[in-house]
Amino acid sequence: MKYAYYPGCSLSSTGVEYDISTKKVAKSLGIELWEIPEWNCCGASSAHLTDHLLALALPARNLAIAEEKGLDVAIPCAACYARCKATEVEVRNSKEMQETISAVIERQYTGKSQARALLDVFVNDLGLESINTLVNKPLKDLKVVSYYGCLLVRPPKLGFDDAEDPQSMDKLIEALGGTPVDWAFKTECCGAAHATTKSEVGFPMIEKILTAAKETGADCIATACPLCMSNLDMRQTQVGAKYGQNYSLPVFYFTELMGIALGINPQELGISKHFVDVSGIVKKLNEAAGRRDTA
Amino acid sequence: MERIELTAAWAKGQEVLAEVTKESGVRASKCYQCGKCSAGCPVAFAMDKTPREIMRLVQLGLMDEALQSHTIWLCASCDTCSTRCPREVDIARVMETLRIIAKRKGSVAEKKMDLFHDLFLKSVENNGRVHELGLILGFNIYGMQPLKDAHFGPSMLLKGKLSPLPHTIKDNGEVKKIFANVRKRGGKL
Amino acid sequence: MKRVGVFICHCGTNISAAVDCEKVAENAKSFPGVAYSTDYKYMCAEPGQELIKKAIKEQKLDRIVVASCSPRMHEPTFRRCIESGGLNAYLLEMANIREHCSWVHPDDKERATIKATDLVKMAVAKVMQNEALVRSTIPITKRALVIGGGIAGIQAALDIANTGHIVDVVEKEPSIGGRMAQVDKTFPTLDCSACILTPKMVDVANHPNVNLITYSEIEKVEGYVGNFDVTIRKKARSVDLKACTGCGTCIQKCPTKVPSEFEMEMMDRKAIYTPFPQAIPNKPVIDRENCRYFKSGKCGVCQKVCPTNAVDFTQEDELVTERYGAIVVATGFDLFDESVYGEYGYGKYKDVITGLHFERLLNASGPTMGKIKRPSDGKIPQNVVFIKCVGSRDEAKGKAYCSKTCCMYTAKHATLVREKIKDSNAYVFYMDVRTPGKGYDEFYTRTTDQYGAKYIRGRVSKIYEKGDKLIVWGEDTLLGRPVEIEADMVVLATAMVAKADAAKLAQMVGFSYDQNHFYTEAHPKLAPVETHTAGVFLAGACQGPKDIPESVAQASAAAVKVCGLLSKEEMPTEPIISAVNEAICSGCGMCVPVCPYTAIDLKVIQERIHGKTVSRKVANVNSGLCQGCGACTVACRSAALNLKHFTNEQILAEVDALCL
Repeated sequence: MKYAYYPGCSLSSTGVEYDISTKKVAKSLGIELWEIPEWNCCGASSAHLTDHLLALALPARNLAIAEEKGLDVAIPCAACYARCKATEVEVRNSKEMQETISAVIERQYTGKSQARALLDVFVNDLGLESINTLVNKPLKDLKVVSYYGCLLVRPPKLGFDDAEDPQSMDKLIEALGGTPVDWAFKTECCGAAHATTKSEVGFPMIEKILTAAKETGADCIATACPLCMSNLDMRQTQVGAKYGQNYSLPVFYFTELMGIALGINPQELGISKHFVDVSGIVKKLNEAAGRRDTA
Repeated sequence: MERIELTAAWAKGQEVLAEVTKESGVRASKCYQCGKCSAGCPVAFAMDKTPREIMRLVQLGLMDEALQSHTIWLCASCDTCSTRCPREVDIARVMETLRIIAKRKGSVAEKKMDLFHDLFLKSVENNGRVHELGLILGFNIYGMQPLKDAHFGPSMLLKGKLSPLPHTIKDNGEVKKIFANVRKRGGKL
Repeated sequence: MKRVGVFICHCGTNISAAVDCEKVAENAKSFPGVAYSTDYKYMCAEPGQELIKKAIKEQKLDRIVVASCSPRMHEPTFRRCIESGGLNAYLLEMANIREHCSWVHPDDKERATIKATDLVKMAVAKVMQNEALVRSTIPITKRALVIGGGIAGIQAALDIANTGHIVDVVEKEPSIGGRMAQVDKTFPTLDCSACILTPKMVDVANHPNVNLITYSEIEKVEGYVGNFDVTIRKKARSVDLKACTGCGTCIQKCPTKVPSEFEMEMMDRKAIYTPFPQAIPNKPVIDRENCRYFKSGKCGVCQKVCPTNAVDFTQEDELVTERYGAIVVATGFDLFDESVYGEYGYGKYKDVITGLHFERLLNASGPTMGKIKRPSDGKIPQNVVFIKCVGSRDEAKGKAYCSKTCCMYTAKHATLVREKIKDSNAYVFYMDVRTPGKGYDEFYTRTTDQYGAKYIRGRVSKIYEKGDKLIVWGEDTLLGRPVEIEADMVVLATAMVAKADAAKLAQMVGFSYDQNHFYTEAHPKLAPVETHTAGVFLAGACQGPKDIPESVAQASAAAVKVCGLLSKEEMPTEPIISAVNEAICSGCGMCVPVCPYTAIDLKVIQERIHGKTVSRKVANVNSGLCQGCGACTVACRSAALNLKHFTNEQILAEVDALCL
């Protein structure tokens, strides 16, 4: 299995551990990721607020490079995925738009090369069974709420999962030996850049999600978006302080949980880069694995 | 409350309404004002008008009021409204289009949010990618709040999450050309 | 010399707005055979018809072309008209310049006029070759079939039976009664549904002219109006209806519990069961899929305890064929599957239920003995939220249409919440309140005014569980503000949808249905209970969402149509049927399997060739069975079969008129 790989800007900065864990996990699952050379920013989430054509042209350049290689593009970041998917569909559905876009990016893009969410690739192309057979350090007794975020499974007609009650990450957690915890905030929006640009709006949105996650009694949150990650992880203490809460709720990229379950050293996955301490969970999983080994 | 004379308002709003319809591809008349969009909108609590009310303004051609609202800037583009709309109206796309038009007309209700997006795109145009540190610093300086979120800085640098220098891609000429080509086609960037 | 009269109708402005009718009439004057041509505003109206009759006489016309609407609409009208003007009814042709022209080309009058002229030209060319045809008659079987034993089917059967005709009622379920049996109280009077339904069920069961055939389905329908041959599958009940006394011992002793469909799975029934206590026939049936004996061969308790030896495990489905003169289709509706609304959590949250669940909770013989209790924990809910239009008026996830009944039953539910639960709140999320029925709006006004239900205008976007509460997110669109309710129970006013197998039945009987699989009436205003298939009539919600009074009214209307048909001894048949030119028929038999009405067989004829008598096979059309579909004429290799009124020559004449 081979895909073009589009990490996106966040994965080389605030979301660097998503990039690290994605590459490690893909490697150990035998999925070849060909990083699009000299990829550019897809424009999320500013271009589409400024100019529709620019919002399509920026992702189109990356997709065009992948199309030249004959590869679909695996995209970890939910925001990048949403912009790329929108571009792919609009280009494929309109000959006129296809011509315009190709003229603007000065490359050919026909919509043949598809934007695929990394989660979709793992769960639906590789399959849960294959993943399950490779698990050697199951996420035993780890209760995880899956936070898909708003963009990963929308719009419903283009999505790879149910838009209201998506299941793929929950099923993945289960395949990794963990315990998925159902909740009602799987697709509630965390406010994206609002936490930075207008915190009085962004913070209450983050608070709602963290409170709901905490109420489920889960040990941690799994996510698939670097923007969600920075809102829920980096800003957790800040938001907690504002609302008088101590959430202490570790947040993982789903790829990090996959990496741990596949037996990759957690440190190699970049989890020390998190703001909320995850050592408790790592220790708990190690102990469980130790018990299993001795037993 | 001031009484609105609807026929005059309708006539006045035609030009912008046509732009909204064309650029968004959404016929506002499809909306039957059920409010499901606003019922589920995660940002509605902070808005001056609910998304449904924005759709209503557009339906009646009250475009100035729509363009001046904070709502169109506060919309997080999460698509919850469009996903659940029983009439399959892409409300998020209407918000997006109104924002673009408002900006074009220089009627920006949320200047700081707009600034962020400008700086973001500037960074993309210059480097091919977003330089997050540069973006945040720029945003805080232009936004007159130089120390906002500064406490994250050191640990971010330490964790290798912020790079002091921008990643510039080699083919950045191509990205610059994309911006130039969009401008050539009338894009106001 | 043939003398054709051409009459161009304006249809008010329906045609004349897009077609220059005067010009078409003028153009027609030059067509071969046309002796007279004129136009008029309403050709179908009395003065228009008089105009035609007068012209026949004065202009000595011997054949007529009317260019107006679809022949579906007014061909019978104009046939009667020229008949009373002294011509044979089949010397008429219609050119459809409305549906086929003006309505589809509203924006190009010049070209629409050219097209209308062409259509008239074709009709003239065809009518020149029309021949006078004579109708024959067939006998009518004086027995009616009603498919479906809900309130519509029951009413239709009673009305037909009361005029002295025999009616068979075929019901798929083990009991008649349908949806109305599940309903607790009826709007707008709040009288008990069972109290008004069960006497009718008893009446129909005891009526000497009615045969109830329950737990049975339609397997095959052949024939045509007056003589339908219907094969009915009587499913194996595993209980001998004649021997069973309905004592219920078997039900008591049966060890297997199954969620009851009638109680919306909020209560159990046994594997041998009657769906509800007042079932008719009040005799059980074995649900073989869940019965221990049928699954494992063990058990058989019911048989052991039966005092009359009525339980029969060896029963098999039985096929019976019966002939009927007319059919009433009254198969009812299903409920929309709301699990597509992931945002409402139906199926995930136990206390998010449908209106029909709520009916059972209200019902004294239901799972809670009529006390409104939450399915999850049996607690009495204080705050009950109702959401209307779930699945209705929703193109994205449901159906575009309005289900018509939900506004009223939700008002009823809200009233009953306020009446039955002290200090309760009933919140109704609505988009519009539609109450156009007698006493309906007054009922709704009482719901808000006297009973204090709170109506909130807005569609709900999300429901989620928090502790033992259901959090409901809506917008009060009248305030323009998002609102939230901590509810104890949420009731979804579910859309009415066509039965899952509606299309299958329609195809089997041979009538049409719409994109939502509701059955299509012959005319939305003037033939609301007829179908396009003669002898097949519609009653109740199988035709579209309907409440009880409307279903009953439609059922009685359908019954009148049936009685009208059955009151005659015989009926005229359409003479537009296939005819065989025996001289050129090769007897190949290709037409026999092609005929959908089994109207063609091969017969042996004798002829003298070169002084010798030879016998050979030729096709033979049964004029009683032939429906004039024309399939055989296409299959016939030697062109020996020709459809009268649509002969190969006539069709070629039309083509020539257009193309030459």
